[in-house]
Amino acid sequence: MCPREPGREDGKSGARKYAATVDDGVLLEKLLVGDQDAFRLLVSRYHNSLVRVARYHVDSDAAAEDVAQDTWVAVLRGVHKFEGRSSFKTWLFKILVNRSRTAGSRDRRQVSLDPTSVEPTVAPSRFDGAGAWTDPPTPFDDLVSAHLDDEVVVRAIRDAVRELPEPQQAVVTLRDVEGLSTYEVSALLGLTDGNVRVILHRGRAKVRAALEGVVRGGLT
Amino acid sequence: MSLLTRDVSCREAVELVTDFLEDALSARDRRRLERHLAKCDGCAGYLEQVRAVVVATGAVGPEDLEPATLQGLVELFEQYKGDS
Repeated sequence: MCPREPGREDGKSGARKYAATVDDGVLLEKLLVGDQDAFRLLVSRYHNSLVRVARYHVDSDAAAEDVAQDTWVAVLRGVHKFEGRSSFKTWLFKILVNRSRTAGSRDRRQVSLDPTSVEPTVAPSRFDGAGAWTDPPTPFDDLVSAHLDDEVVVRAIRDAVRELPEPQQAVVTLRDVEGLSTYEVSALLGLTDGNVRVILHRGRAKVRAALEGVVRGGLT
Repeated sequence: MSLLTRDVSCREAVELVTDFLEDALSARDRRRLERHLAKCDGCAGYLEQVRAVVVATGAVGPEDLEPATLQGLVELFEQYKGDS
């Protein structure tokens, strides 16, 4: 018997909903007085995104995990110095990026993007010779928002993000999963805004394709 | 009609959606895309899908933390909580 099946714990989405309703600022106040539950909620909320973004800067999963852990140690040591001039989230990811650079296994990577390279983000088979849709997409916002707690939707999105190559994974994590601004993302990753948009475009297109696949597979 | 003002095709339009949503298109490209979207249900549908993906990705959030990882972090907390 396997005592734990990842992703199958009952009540997970309910817990996620509860956790999402507690503001970071409230959790920080509690963290200042040593509240372990507040720390649990913060790490549950951010640790895996920290690992994803660290992975962009360092060259192994183990090193990324170490950098993310170091970040939490820095948070615990420095939380009394956090003045709230930026959001906690921005502060947290800044610490992570500084730690990643200190870890230094890979100095800031050169991202080479050839603007002339034509890498279509929608399968060419969906257009005719003149570039018009032969298999047009239909809006699925109502359907998807009604199924955000469904395991099939959650898995499709998380798997699609996890399977993105770097730097798409770091950019999609910061911009779409965590909701930071493009300006913040470019500063954190040392990229231009233009490059962030190109990378985001490619990453989002893959998540879109995955979600469309789920919807077409029969979400009702 | 010059090349600069010609209509975009659907294949070209889908490659403009991120810059459109990020408000990073030139005024001219924005007008070209908006003109296309106004008469193309497929591309309007595509744009709505991408908007829905952005909302859903944020709502779903990162992977759930493995219990063992959480436990390791809680141990760090117990070790360092008095340091601040």
